[in-house]
Amino acid sequence: MTPGARHLYVHLPFCAHRCGYCDFVTAVGRHSQHASYVDALLSELALERGVLASELDTVFLGGGTPTFTEPRALQRLLASLPPSSEVTVEANPETVTQELARMLRAQGVNRISLGVQSFRPHLLETLDRIVQPDTVRRAFFHLRDAGFDNISFDLIYGIPGQAPHDLDADLADALELGPEHMSCYELEAKPGTRFTHAHGEELERQADSMESYFELVVERLTGSGYRWYETANFCRVSERDLRSRHNLAYWLGRDYLGIGVGAVSTIGGRRWRNTPRLAGYLKSLERGTVPEREIESLSTDVLRRERVMLGLRLDEPLVLGDLARVVDGRAVSRLELLGLVQSDTVRQTLTLTRRGRFLGGGVTADLLS
Amino acid sequence: MAQDLIRNFSIIAHIDHGKSTLADRILELTHAVSSRDMREQVLDSMDLERERGITIKAQAVRVEWKGHQFNLIDTPGHVDFTYEVSRSLQACEGALLVVDAAQGTQAQTLANAYLAIENNLDIVPVVNKIDLPSADPDAVASEIADLIGDDPEHVLRISAKTGLGVEDVLDAIVERVPPPSGDLDAPARALIFDSSYDQYRGVVAFVRVVDGSFSTREPLRAMALGTRFEAEELGFFSPTRSATGTLEAGEVGYVITGLKDVSRLRVGDTITSERRPAAEPLPGYKDVKPMVFSGLFPTDSDAYPELRDALERLKLNDAALFYEPETSQALGFGFRCGFLGLLHMEIVRERLEREFDLDLIVTAPNVAYRVKPPNGDWKEVHTPSDMPNEVEEVEEPYIKASIIVPKEYVGAVMELNNDRRGNFDHMEYLSEQRVHLTYELPLAEIVLDYYDQLKSRTRGYASFDYDVIGFRPGKLVRVDVLVGGEPVDALSLVIHRDSAYDRGRLLVERLREEIPRQHFDVAIQAAIGARVIARETVKARRKDVLAKCYGGDISRKRKLLEKQKAGKKRMKQVGMVEVPQEAFLAVLNLNDEKKS
Repeated sequence: MTPGARHLYVHLPFCAHRCGYCDFVTAVGRHSQHASYVDALLSELALERGVLASELDTVFLGGGTPTFTEPRALQRLLASLPPSSEVTVEANPETVTQELARMLRAQGVNRISLGVQSFRPHLLETLDRIVQPDTVRRAFFHLRDAGFDNISFDLIYGIPGQAPHDLDADLADALELGPEHMSCYELEAKPGTRFTHAHGEELERQADSMESYFELVVERLTGSGYRWYETANFCRVSERDLRSRHNLAYWLGRDYLGIGVGAVSTIGGRRWRNTPRLAGYLKSLERGTVPEREIESLSTDVLRRERVMLGLRLDEPLVLGDLARVVDGRAVSRLELLGLVQSDTVRQTLTLTRRGRFLGGGVTADLLS
Repeated sequence: MAQDLIRNFSIIAHIDHGKSTLADRILELTHAVSSRDMREQVLDSMDLERERGITIKAQAVRVEWKGHQFNLIDTPGHVDFTYEVSRSLQACEGALLVVDAAQGTQAQTLANAYLAIENNLDIVPVVNKIDLPSADPDAVASEIADLIGDDPEHVLRISAKTGLGVEDVLDAIVERVPPPSGDLDAPARALIFDSSYDQYRGVVAFVRVVDGSFSTREPLRAMALGTRFEAEELGFFSPTRSATGTLEAGEVGYVITGLKDVSRLRVGDTITSERRPAAEPLPGYKDVKPMVFSGLFPTDSDAYPELRDALERLKLNDAALFYEPETSQALGFGFRCGFLGLLHMEIVRERLEREFDLDLIVTAPNVAYRVKPPNGDWKEVHTPSDMPNEVEEVEEPYIKASIIVPKEYVGAVMELNNDRRGNFDHMEYLSEQRVHLTYELPLAEIVLDYYDQLKSRTRGYASFDYDVIGFRPGKLVRVDVLVGGEPVDALSLVIHRDSAYDRGRLLVERLREEIPRQHFDVAIQAAIGARVIARETVKARRKDVLAKCYGGDISRKRKLLEKQKAGKKRMKQVGMVEVPQEAFLAVLNLNDEKKS
C-alpha cells in the first residue's frame, strides 16, 4: 500500500452551454442534478478515502464550470472536502458574483483559476464565450475584494481570426490586471469537434503566421516579471512560490486521486478513468459502488517515460537517476550540439534550453529511448 | 528420328495476341493433351511439373503431327530478354508470327520478327482472332506481308479461340518450316537456349542438339565457360517430362546436370561431349551484362541477412541477376543490383517483396557507365556516387528504340525523344495509319519514366521495344545532393550536363516537400563537385509542444509522443537530419512536374 495520494482532483461537469472548442466531459444545465451529483462525489470520496493520505497538499475543482454548480451544492461540497493547503477552483468570469467570491473564500478556497481566454469581443464570440471583456474585469475585482491573492488567468491564443495585435492586446490587458499566475494555451482544434468543422480551414491558412505566437507570449510575459515555469504556465516572480502546486504534482509524477464523472486518478502504478457518462456515474454511486472505470496498468518503464515527458515541461532541471534508463544518450549529445538540451553529468540532470522548450514535444520524443 | 521429319519452331506474338491459346490448340490437335484434360493455356499452367518434387519449367514441348516431330520452343515474353529470345529462335528453323487481327503489329512483334529473320528462320505468318467484330484481317495480313516480304495470300487467317484454321497452321509448319540439317556424325554440339534450377536435380539446361548425339551419363562440357558436368538425365517434355536415353541432331530436349549454380551454364553456350569434343562452339554466345543498376536496402536494417539470402536464392534461377554488397551512409547496408533492364528490375523487386516478404527501399535506377579518369584506365561504374569528380571521358549505354504509333502521335513521340537526347534514325509507314519509328537514345533516358511518358503522350497507343547497341561518349556530370551540409550518397545522380541545373533544381524542390521540418534550418543543395547549382531550405520549426498536460491528459499525451517517436524511427538519419524514406524516391518522379 502506498502512503497515500496527497492531491485530489474533483470534476464538476456542469456548464451553462458547451463551447465549440471544448472537449472536456461537460453537461449543460441539469440544475436538478447538481445536488445529487455532489452526493455522488462525496460517496465516491468516501469509497476512496483509503487511497488518500491523512493530510492533503492540494485540492483542485475543475470542470466544466465548477462555479456554474448550484451555489448551495457547491458550498456543501467544499465544506465536506478534506482540508488542504492549496484549494483551487476553476471559475468562468460570468459566474463570479460578490456572493460567490465570498462563499468560496469562506469555504477555504485560496486560489482561483479564471477562464478568461481572451479580452477581444470578436474572439470571445468565435470561442462561443458568452462573456464581455468587462465581465472579466468585474469578476477579477470581486475575487480580489473577497480576499483572493492567488488568481490565475487562462488565456487562449491561436484563435481563428486572431491577428498578432489581438494577441498583443490580450496580453497587455491581462498584464494590466496582474494576476499571480497565467496559463496560456494554444487553441487545439480537435478533429471531429463542431469548432474544427467551422474553423479548421481558416486555422490551417493561419498556421504559418501563428507559428510565432508562442514565442510572443513567452517573450511578453517573461519580460513583464513572470516566470515561465512550465510549457504553458507562468507565475509572477515573487517571494511566494506562485506556481500551481496541484499541477506541479502532475508534472513531478506524484500520485493523485480524481473523483467525478470522467475524472482520472493515478495511484501506485495504476491509472483509472471514471465513466464519462453522467447517468451511469450517478447510478453506480447511488448504489454505493464505484463507477465504471477504464483501468490502465503502468509499468515502471512507462512511469519513467511519463516522468521524463512531464518533467521536461518544467524550467527546473530534471533529475535523472533511474530515469536515465529511458533516455537515449546519443540523442542527448545530438540535442546538446543543437543547443536544445543541457545536461549536467555531475548532478545527473537534464534541462531544456529556451529554444528546446519551444520544441519540447519533438525534443522529448527524440530523447526517449 | 530422321531429321527431315523434325520441325522446330517458336511462336512470336505480342502479349494478348493469342500465343498461349494457339499453343493450347496445337497441343490439343496433336493429342499431346486430351481435350478432357485440357486446361486453359497449357504452356503457361504446365510450367511447373511437380512429379517427385521436381519443378522444372517446360521451355519446349514435343508433339507429333502426321508423322512429324514438332518441337515448340517457348520464348521469354519481354523486352529485357532480347538475348534469350534470340537464343530460343536460334534453336528453331521456323517461327509462327501471330498478329491480332484487330490490333495489328506491335513494336515487340516487330522486334522479334526481325530477330527471327536475322536468325534465318522461315516465317509462317498468321492473323489471329479473325472472329472478332473489330477484326480487319486483310489490312493486318498486308501489314505482315509487307513486314516479312511475303505475299498477303500466304498469311494464314485463324481463330485460335474457336480452333478455326489451326490445322492449316500445323500443315504449314510441315510444308514451310525446313527440317534441321545437322551432321549426325560430327562431334556433338547442342545450344543451350534456356536453363533453370531445381532444388533436387540442380541446373536443368534446355538444348537444341545441332550435330551428333548425346547419351545419359556422358561427361559433357559447356564450351564458353568451360564448365564440366555429366548428363544425369536426358529427355523432352510432351508436355509431361519423359526421359530418353539419347538426344540426337535436330532434336530439342532437356539435360539434367546436377550443377548447383545456374551461372555456370549460361544461355547461348554450347554443350559438347568430353569424349569427342567439337572444335568450335556454335556462334552467337554473348556474356549478357546488366545495364541497369539500383541499390536495394532493407527498410529495417536488421533484415540485411534475409535480403542477402533472398538474392542468393533468386540468383540460382536468374543468371542475369547481378549483386554486390553496397554500404550507403544514408541507407545502411544493402546491395547494388544489376539488371538486364527495367522490367527485369521490377520482376526481381516484386519477387523479393512477395516471395521473401521483404520491405525494401529501392533507389532510383541508373545505367552502367564507362569512365576514364585522367591518366587512368577505363572502368565501369555502377553507382552514381562512385563516379569520379574528374573524368577524362565518360561513356554511357545507348539503345535502339523501336516505336510503333498511329500517325497522329508521331509529333508527340518525336518531341519526347528529342527531350530525351534521342537521335532520329528511321521512320516508315507500316500501313496508312501506323508508323514505325526508330531512334537511338541513351539508356539512361529510358530508365526513369520514359515508358509512362510515351504511353501518356500517345493515349496508350504506342508500343515500344529496345535493344542495347553499345557505349557512346556522353557529356555527363555527377550531381550530388547535400542535406544539412552532408552529402547523401543514395541521392547522387549522373546526368547530362545540359539538364543538370533543371534536374538539380527539381530534385531539391521535391526534397524540400518530402523532408519534414526539423529543430533547425535544413539546407538542401544540389552540387556538381564543389559548385552548388540549386538550394532550398526547410525552415526550422518554431514550436512543437503538446499544449496542456494535466492529470487527465497524461496517457493520451504519452501515446502521442510514442507515435511521434515511432515516426522518427522510420526516418533515416543523415547527419543531424531525419529524412523519410520517401525522400529517397524523390528522384524517381522528377519528370512529372505538375505534382500538386
